[in-house]
Amino acid sequence: MTTDKPIIDEICRLLAPHNPKGIALSAATDIPKELNIDSVGVLDFIMEVEDTFDIEIPMNVVAETHTIGDLVKVVEARIRKA
Amino acid sequence: MTDLFDKHRPIAERFERMMELGVNAVGITNDQLISPTRAMIQGRETILAGTNNYMGITFEKAAIEAGKKALVEFGTGTTGSRIANGSYAMHKELERELAAFLNRKHCIVFTTGYQANLGMISGLAGPRDTVYLDADSHSSIYDGCTLSGAKLVRFRHNDAADLDKRLSRSEGEEGGKLVVLEGIYSMLGDRAPLKDFVELKKKHKFQLLVDEAHSFGVLGPHGRGLADEAGLEAEADFVVGTFSKSIGSIGGFGAGDHPMFETLRYAMRPYMFTASSSPATIATSIAAVKTLAREPERRDALRRNSERLFNGFRNLGFEMGCEDVSPVIAVKCKDEPSTIMMWNALLKAGVYVNIALPPGTPNRLCLLRCSVSAAHTDAEIDQVIATFAKVVAGR
Ligand SMILES: Cc1ncc(COP(=O)(O)O)c(C=O)c1O
Repeated sequence: MTTDKPIIDEICRLLAPHNPKGIALSAATDIPKELNIDSVGVLDFIMEVEDTFDIEIPMNVVAETHTIGDLVKVVEARIRKA
Repeated sequence: MTDLFDKHRPIAERFERMMELGVNAVGITNDQLISPTRAMIQGRETILAGTNNYMGITFEKAAIEAGKKALVEFGTGTTGSRIANGSYAMHKELERELAAFLNRKHCIVFTTGYQANLGMISGLAGPRDTVYLDADSHSSIYDGCTLSGAKLVRFRHNDAADLDKRLSRSEGEEGGKLVVLEGIYSMLGDRAPLKDFVELKKKHKFQLLVDEAHSFGVLGPHGRGLADEAGLEAEADFVVGTFSKSIGSIGGFGAGDHPMFETLRYAMRPYMFTASSSPATIATSIAAVKTLAREPERRDALRRNSERLFNGFRNLGFEMGCEDVSPVIAVKCKDEPSTIMMWNALLKAGVYVNIALPPGTPNRLCLLRCSVSAAHTDAEIDQVIATFAKVVAGR
């Protein structure tokens, strides 16, 4: 687990393989739309996030998570809960 | 005004790209059926190797006669749900026949297999519960999960250790836990490692549902599916299946031994708020269940045919969806355009298979997916192999 690094850096690192065009990533980046990841791809990526931070992000929550900033908030809240 | 169709533009564009290649891989028409394994398509006699007609049972005399009789005696439709209009005696007979075949105390039939998953999953799990589903689950399982309102946790495909980890993360939470697996996965043809998953029941308390859509009638000494093959039926709390594959009809079922199972009839919206199966459909399904029970040799024929096709493809050096032989045999292809072109060339050479592309496939694979039938002759299987050798090998 690498929670000492800022969460956003870690998420951007995990997104790198899904970003072949090298689009600049920020909190405002819409993950499925701007990176053109399909619904299954997003769920696969979220599994990597879950395992990196050892947290659970249910699919119901993924449906409401669009931007990198949204995801950072979810991860923060879930790390605190764990 | 936002046009409601705006969101579908990417789908329309993708379809147009396919049509530019001169191929409509999702809109073929069977103009005439010659047998369970042959049809006239685009004016050509074509071998059907992608119809999930595992038992080759769609033209059985007994089923056709039973269907005709039901049509004449009970009419063309039931015009409502069983809750509103009541059951026909045949609905109950089919449930009794299936329960006996499955060796389960209870069985409920649905109008389609899709609705069976919607009904069973949303009937069993509610907003306070958690459903753990395999990442490669069929869409009907995903949709059933959404309908349930339960918390949804997805685990890595066929990975019991991954499920173990995810169950541990939600240890101590209130609510029930339902784990959903498939007997044979529809795209790659691989089986769930049931023993490994069942082992987890000792450590984490959960109830287990197995969708035997592609394995019912196919696997196991009694043809009851993967749990039958693995000798673990007592651990599979609930079974779901469909009549659209080995039964050669249309409909689905859920079954189990739970003492409150029948309560589900009043708790499953996809059972309560849709019309029940038509008399002819129910009658043909009953006849087909009886045929499966009476003719276990069909399973042997299917196994032999599956091995013949699998080995033929292996000799051509193809990379397949999995190493287990099952009636679902998927050949991995390089990319979307070449897969579309090869699919089309196969069709023009008189062989129909399924084309499967992302996001409908695991790991973004492009697949030419075959399904084998007990009714395929050796000559038909060999022709499929020979046609693949011409069209696909070396690509
Ligand atoms: C795994 C699985 N479950 C459920 C279904 C739904 O069955 P039906 O075609 O009867 O709606 C299918 C097939 O389409 C399937 O492959």
